[in-house]
Amino acid sequence: MEPLLRVRSTTVVIASSNIDTDQIIPARFLTTTTKVGLGKQLFADWRYTANGTPNPDFILNKPEAIGCEVLVAGRNIGCGSSREHAPWALLDYGFKAVISTEIADIFKNNSLKNGLVPVVVDAPTHEWLIAHPGAKVEIDLHTTRLTLPTGVSVAFPLEAFARHCLINGVDELGFLRSKIADIERYEIARAAV
Amino acid sequence: MPSTLFDKIWAAHQVLPETADTPAVLYIDLHLIHEVTSPQAFAWLKSLKLPVRCPERTLATMDHSTPTTPMARNTPMPPTTPMAAFGGVPIKIDAAALQVRQLEANAKEFGIELFGMQDARRGIVHVIGPELGSTQPGMTIVCGDSHTSTHGAFGALAFGIGSTEVGHVFATQCLLQRKPKTFAVNVNGILPRGVTAKDLILSIIGKIGVSGGTGYVLEYRGNTISSLSMEERMTVCNMSIEAGARAGLIAPDDTTFRYLAGKPRAPQGSGWEAAVAHWRTLVSDTDACFDTSIDIDASKLEPMITYGTNPGMVVAIGDSIPKPDNDTVHDKALKYMGFNAGDAMLGKPINVAFIGSCTNGRLEDLQAAASVLKGRKIAAGVHLLIVPGSQQVKREAEALGLADIFKSAGADWRESGCSMCLGMNGDTVASGQYAISTSNRNFEGRQGVGARTLLVSPFTAAASAIRGVVTDPREMLTPRGTLPGPGTPPLEPF
Ligand code: SF4
Repeated sequence: MEPLLRVRSTTVVIASSNIDTDQIIPARFLTTTTKVGLGKQLFADWRYTANGTPNPDFILNKPEAIGCEVLVAGRNIGCGSSREHAPWALLDYGFKAVISTEIADIFKNNSLKNGLVPVVVDAPTHEWLIAHPGAKVEIDLHTTRLTLPTGVSVAFPLEAFARHCLINGVDELGFLRSKIADIERYEIARAAV
Repeated sequence: MPSTLFDKIWAAHQVLPETADTPAVLYIDLHLIHEVTSPQAFAWLKSLKLPVRCPERTLATMDHSTPTTPMARNTPMPPTTPMAAFGGVPIKIDAAALQVRQLEANAKEFGIELFGMQDARRGIVHVIGPELGSTQPGMTIVCGDSHTSTHGAFGALAFGIGSTEVGHVFATQCLLQRKPKTFAVNVNGILPRGVTAKDLILSIIGKIGVSGGTGYVLEYRGNTISSLSMEERMTVCNMSIEAGARAGLIAPDDTTFRYLAGKPRAPQGSGWEAAVAHWRTLVSDTDACFDTSIDIDASKLEPMITYGTNPGMVVAIGDSIPKPDNDTVHDKALKYMGFNAGDAMLGKPINVAFIGSCTNGRLEDLQAAASVLKGRKIAAGVHLLIVPGSQQVKREAEALGLADIFKSAGADWRESGCSMCLGMNGDTVASGQYAISTSNRNFEGRQGVGARTLLVSPFTAAASAIRGVVTDPREMLTPRGTLPGPGTPPLEPF
């Protein structure tokens, strides 16, 4: 993973609440055996009409969405299936961060492991972001703060180790593998009981 | 210090405790895998030239993208069949066939036991773990699948993970985890006739909401829970994830031990006594503190049905769709469903009824459906699809005569698999159609593009299939019409 220090971008707003991972990427696209190319199927059922043409009303098909790296979702995103295809699709499309009031556990974990920053904010900040699509925001991983174009800056929670991995571009497996001796000791102690 | 069941399991699996800078290293006893979420993890492992650390703690099955259509006997296989076909049916979708083939190849390369296409023990991953006795109290169990919470019914800490974490478990048999908080769900009272474990969990989700459990492990407690069978407990724990919870837990007791006794992978002989003695310690201490709690009176519950596009949008079957003010989310969901606020749910027409999935695809669920369907016919124009949760459930249902009841009623009886729960194998609901379903998710498009899902119990699905409209199953049950216990014959209908 590349080190990620900050995300500075305009936002795309999808105001629906409870966007589940079946919406982010529908199950029929999960027959893939790789991670690549899933961006095309991101939000497929909202983004394309029944005959496969882009739905002009959907935000990702509008010119202002081009190049945006921050997705502002309605309240609570990522519930449902544990499919890691959801963050893979968001990243492949070009998003680097997702902002909401609540982010479901498994989706949050999956996002962090792939370099997609989950940003949980309070209700007033969220309402402001929903009301101002296209706002230029900055997400700083060092200070774990989100700054709005108004100058308002709010802290967001980011688990210390996940932050360390994002900033240094290291993956968690390296850390886990450095603990193999402890894991062996645990296995031996347990087998002896 | 008094501790909860969760605390005890966590403490026993902590290789290294969490610190301010690093999460805990948690040891995983059982790793279940399937064809959809494992290929990328295997590819990663290969790129790092690593072996699977504990293949003996890993079990693989195929369930999500496999066909469920039985083929007529003696039909010769087409020469181009992509693989030795299962139940005589080749996999139609090429990409799905590739996933299945990759799992076969990966399992072989890494020395993992696979319940493959032809295996009599194959089935939905969360149905076969318990059935084999591989799921045991006090274990940590993970799978690249959110409904891993099902196994919590045995007092195991069981949760879903992503494909990267599947790779972590392959390589180290461990996961990095922050300790979740605990949530006591206290349920007391006798479930009324016709009200099932499915109705109980749907009402809990209705109360706490689809994110009410986020960050928590739910422990279901109280005399209602103790009186549930293992299959009912699995239904409850299965849908913990639908409340956003990391996992659901139920303390093991005699019901659990009776269920596990004699199962092929359960401890045997003298090991059994020792195991049970240990399992008996796996309860929350009397004074244990939970971070939060809720109390539910089971005697007040009714059959439940969802009306919207998440499992929290749920009402008692006799109620009408609520009318919240200025709720655009609610409006959007109703627009998708083609419903109006204020509509009664009873009497809404349905096109499809699906009985199956890891929520309600076990033998007792099929017995419940059969008790309603026996001697009756489904309504003209309704497609009733009944998909057993595993090949073993299929054989047992056939031996008990349930399959004959289903077929005489006009139902479509299939091979096991996830099937219409998520429609990956081609079993889908057409756009705009209404499916009354015993599965766990009514998300937009979950059962097919544009499909509209109503989540219910097997009783309600069967009763509605007969009338062709949403029906209160209590109208069709005998006075003793409660969920039949394991091995009991189906109830006599009126
Ligand atoms: S039956 Fe449905 S919920 Fe259960 S594992 Fe299969 S797809 Fe997932």
